Amino acid sequence: MSANNASDHPTVSDRLAKNAMRNVSERLIELLLFAAAAVSVLTTVGIVYVLVSESINFFQNVSIVDFLTDTQWTPLFDDAHFGIMVLVSGTVVSSAVALAVAIPMGTVIAIYLSEFAKPRIREVAKPVLELLGGIPTIVFGYFALLMVTPLLQKIFPELPGFSLLSAGLVMGIMIVPYIASLSEDAMRAVPMSLREGSYAMGATKLYTAIHVVVPAAFSGLAASYILAISRAVGETMILAVAAGMQPNLTWNPTEPAATITSYIVQVALGDLPHGSIGYQTIFAAGLTLILITLCFNILGQWLRKKFRENY
Amino acid sequence: MQHSTLTAEQVRALIAKGKLKDTLFQALGIFFLGIGLIVIFLLVGDMVLRGSERLNLDFFMNFASRRAANAGILSAWVGSLLVMMVTAFAAVPLGVAAGVYLEEYAKRNWVTEIIEINITNLAAVPSIVYGLLSLGIFVYAFGFGQSILTAGLTLALLILPIVIVSTREAIRSIPAMIREGSMAVGATRWQTCRYHIIPYAMPGILTGVIIGLARAIGETAPIITIGALTFIAFLPPAPFTEVTPGVNAGMFDWLMSPFTVMPIQIFNWTSRPDPAFEINAAAAGFVLMVMVLSMNAIAIWLRYKMRKNIKW
Repeated sequence: MSANNASDHPTVSDRLAKNAMRNVSERLIELLLFAAAAVSVLTTVGIVYVLVSESINFFQNVSIVDFLTDTQWTPLFDDAHFGIMVLVSGTVVSSAVALAVAIPMGTVIAIYLSEFAKPRIREVAKPVLELLGGIPTIVFGYFALLMVTPLLQKIFPELPGFSLLSAGLVMGIMIVPYIASLSEDAMRAVPMSLREGSYAMGATKLYTAIHVVVPAAFSGLAASYILAISRAVGETMILAVAAGMQPNLTWNPTEPAATITSYIVQVALGDLPHGSIGYQTIFAAGLTLILITLCFNILGQWLRKKFRENY
Repeated sequence: MQHSTLTAEQVRALIAKGKLKDTLFQALGIFFLGIGLIVIFLLVGDMVLRGSERLNLDFFMNFASRRAANAGILSAWVGSLLVMMVTAFAAVPLGVAAGVYLEEYAKRNWVTEIIEINITNLAAVPSIVYGLLSLGIFVYAFGFGQSILTAGLTLALLILPIVIVSTREAIRSIPAMIREGSMAVGATRWQTCRYHIIPYAMPGILTGVIIGLARAIGETAPIITIGALTFIAFLPPAPFTEVTPGVNAGMFDWLMSPFTVMPIQIFNWTSRPDPAFEINAAAAGFVLMVMVLSMNAIAIWLRYKMRKNIKW
């Protein structure tokens, strides 16, 4: 073979070398891509690390029994009390108001869109819901404080300027799109044959929807409710703007109160030195918040497993 | 048997009753949907009416001020823009790479499973918790301070699940024959991704990125938590301009600058007792809504366009 030919056709060893190079770079790229995927795990590790380590510092100063049973939350006063129940009550009441609005509205909209609406209506309604879900929460806060509260005050003149009620109502409206779109997806996944069987027995559309489609899609509905609860519990700005930020142990939605999230905002707005007890309280509050949402997520996973239907 | 004794008349009444219930339920569904629509109109309408006297060029070109009539959103919109740039630069490569890894490379084993469960759970973590994370990690442990860089990275972590999930969905809709064709002519796995999978998934990825950024631009809680200032009457230093006599700003000095963003400016104005600031809050809220809604509208349009154009 002449030298000319050799340069046209690379030798076997040349090819092997090129292949080896290629394999190395392929492995490197795979590693890089894996590293990117691992960032999400690192984020979780980071969240847990930050919350737990700062909370450990906090609980060295405050006993866990006081934290859970004290009925006052005055961490920045000279006479400091650290009763997290005060903040939890605000979170529970506002979330309950929000869910009382969002779950019925979201479910009815989902049933309507999946079982009754013509395709054309659905094509208009879904983007509208998406836009509603995309409105920044600070704008909803503005809406709650400057429009909903004055409106409610016309009906209940004794309602204060800040209240869990108006914040909760607006929060409910904010959550409706999440429930509606997730529940609708779940109900549309129910096979047509189930509905046809029901219609064949003479059932109406509504009867079929409530007694056939909803039970069949229940695991999906439950998932959407759980997500709604997480949203409500973690919602911050609507409450910070419209519910006032004074800690107040109450189960009455017409009162102003601080929630876990709005307390964190209030502290962050001030100028607390790094490492002070006030600085540590927001991490203890954050840990409480995460634990509450975690409980609901576990409950959601259990519900999904228990009620999963296979067709 | 009770039903066998029904007369035709009774059956007709039963059917009519069933149909009435159906109609009533439909009306309820439309009514609830209408409430959503009305809320959007009320919100936008109220903000336009209340804020109209501020919505002029000066409002965009003035800094925040203690006098409501002079206060503007210059530092806020510039801040939002810069923070979004950092967020996009961090979240897009990371999210797309993670999505490609999970769809094209990952083996079905416990590591992959952990990553997947993790991403699902991260999407349900309240946004304020991301603020606490970055207060502990970026602000103090890494020493980035309360800067544009910190805010951008915080929001990037927040929208990462959205980018990853939309990337995966876009990739999953590409049929296997594309990969087989590419590999059959000798392409490696990465070449297949680089020249086929990622370009074909691009519209879907872009939709997810825009929705993620629209969410990020309206996020307030995590940015307040890292301790962003509410009163900023200066702009971050532009690259290579003179900041102090004889000293030029470096290429990336703006990353470490203190800042404010649109939602924080609105929060600041709504929480002031002087009602004159409500007008500013309304006007700024309207500007933010226009930004967010137009981003969402672009995403919806892109998705619609995509669904029409795909012909595998």
